[in-house]
Amino acid sequence: MLDAIIQGLLLGGYYAMLAAGLSLLFGVAKFINLAHGDLAILGAYLVLFGVKVLGLSPWLSVLLSLPIMGILGWLLQKYLFTRTQAAGFLLPLLVTFGLGAVLQNGLYGVFGSDTRSLANYIGDLSWDSWQLTDQISVGKLPVITFACAILVLAGLQLMLSFTRLGRAIRATASDPEAAELNGINANAVHCSVSAIAVMVTGLAGAFLAMRAQITPYDGPVQLIFAFEAVVIGGIGSLWGTLIGGIVLGISQSLGATLISAQWFQLTGHLVFLAVLTARFYSAIAHQRGGWRMFLKQSYFSITGSLPSKVTKTKIKNG
Amino acid sequence: MKISSQVNTEGFSTEHWYQVGRPALMVGGLLFLVLATVPFWGSGLVVDKLTTLFVYILLAVMWNLLAGYAGLVSVGQQAFLGLGGYFALRLVDIGMSPYPAFIVGALICALVALVISVFALRLKEGEFAIAMWVTAEVIRILVMFDPIVQGETGTSLLAMNQYAPELRRNINFWFGLLVVAGMLGLVLWLVNSRIGAAAQAIRDDEEAAKSIGIRVMRVKQIIFVVAAFGCALAGSLWLASSVTFQPRTYFGVQWTVFMLFMVLVGGLKTFEGPILGAIVFFLLQEFFGDYGAWYLAGLGVTAILFALYAPNGIWGEWQNRKGVRFLPTGVTLTLKNKE
Repeated sequence: MLDAIIQGLLLGGYYAMLAAGLSLLFGVAKFINLAHGDLAILGAYLVLFGVKVLGLSPWLSVLLSLPIMGILGWLLQKYLFTRTQAAGFLLPLLVTFGLGAVLQNGLYGVFGSDTRSLANYIGDLSWDSWQLTDQISVGKLPVITFACAILVLAGLQLMLSFTRLGRAIRATASDPEAAELNGINANAVHCSVSAIAVMVTGLAGAFLAMRAQITPYDGPVQLIFAFEAVVIGGIGSLWGTLIGGIVLGISQSLGATLISAQWFQLTGHLVFLAVLTARFYSAIAHQRGGWRMFLKQSYFSITGSLPSKVTKTKIKNG
Repeated sequence: MKISSQVNTEGFSTEHWYQVGRPALMVGGLLFLVLATVPFWGSGLVVDKLTTLFVYILLAVMWNLLAGYAGLVSVGQQAFLGLGGYFALRLVDIGMSPYPAFIVGALICALVALVISVFALRLKEGEFAIAMWVTAEVIRILVMFDPIVQGETGTSLLAMNQYAPELRRNINFWFGLLVVAGMLGLVLWLVNSRIGAAAQAIRDDEEAAKSIGIRVMRVKQIIFVVAAFGCALAGSLWLASSVTFQPRTYFGVQWTVFMLFMVLVGGLKTFEGPILGAIVFFLLQEFFGDYGAWYLAGLGVTAILFALYAPNGIWGEWQNRKGVRFLPTGVTLTLKNKE
């Protein structure tokens, strides 16, 4: 059980890294990129390409893939996303979903259906572990992934808080027009954010490929995990995303250990849906003057008698 | 019945959709009658292919009802397609005969959709899209727990073997034709009713719609449930013609890619567009389906290009250019010519 929690916690680090890009793009450019998971898989294949075809060392390949992903993010924002964002919420969803289909099938067309992994190229790292106690050991790779995730998130947070670009990003996120009036080029900021987001996503994809087998069609699942982490942790906060990722990782890991392996994904989904529902009802409860009042009202509306005090509150809050 | 346009005192004449659309409706009715006779003179292959086309039309029209008319972009409609097939399997398993089971299964699916709608419709835009996707995944995993589905392997609707292959093919065709005609009629009525007008108002500005007294949740729920019912029927029609049921195929997100493609290429927010899109998709599938992944990637690229450069689709662009409308929705006001 404790073992499952630790594994889940470490897995949560990966989810946080995966979700950071989605969260950033959603927070600043206010749109959900449905091709997010596929971009992570693209990053993984890029690293695989570097290792297998060009014969680079895995870490060098990861390092080289980052600028490529960054440029891709910049171009996507500049030529695709900006065009769609002007036309309401419908088009960005349709276009990014279409982009996802293109990436999946394009990768399949180029690399075929074989499952691939970086595990064979990183030597001992893929199975080495540190023994904590007699029963519990943690894999080196998950720990490195987790540490990397913390570093990435901390770096992003520092960048947002203390740099010029960070200030511009925060200004654009809260009001693009006001930011433009102050001499910020909102389009350029959106492009930078997209570049950073896609870069981080590609890095997450590379870690996924070290840990597991991947196929071109794994993107959608990664998107769902990333989105769940963002929502569980609360939209718009990087550290919230970390917490969301950890909650998701732990619930999946517990589901798989305590119930059965098939419950790995299901528990994650259920926790996500539960959080959504809870958030929705707490909003209603807040409107009606707190949980106690809300429950009282629900109870009386079932039994049919409403005491006058409750009715009054209802009127007051519209 | 008044055929001529009604003239009111302010110098406007109003044209109702059924007045403008009368020729188109008659052609549609005629087409229905002609199609109904296809099994008597067409080859088995033609009948089979047309049944497939019916599934595509049904899916495209349902997705357009959701996204085009109500502004609800869902990437999880495969949930209802799969559930439609699954409930049919289950009902046949407890002794119902297949075709009634398809209908009853779709109705149960509509009930499930009603339950899902309570939480899903509270979400907005992209969150709704992904929450529906997660819902589809959850339902797939739950369905795979059912022993009769046998996990990844899937199962077959063996009860279909009680009909001779020739007869089965024809019954499927007529069943599909009836379902498509019925659902097209329902959607046409719905988008022209108060509910349709309210849905379009919500799509364009939810707050404004709420402020003039539209019951946003109720309207969205009706549209959502009808769309789920249609997708479930498409799923059972697919099951009827393919007989096998594999959870990964039925609950696959590729269905949403297809729906998106058909609706975007044909014409979002028009009644006829998705039908045209389904025909285009069907033809592409026939000629290029063998190219596999590259073909699917091509579909994605085409959908993106349409979204960027022709967001109204083939039908919408053509309509705008020529100024003709076969089946418009709502009432058109035109200035009356001074005589």
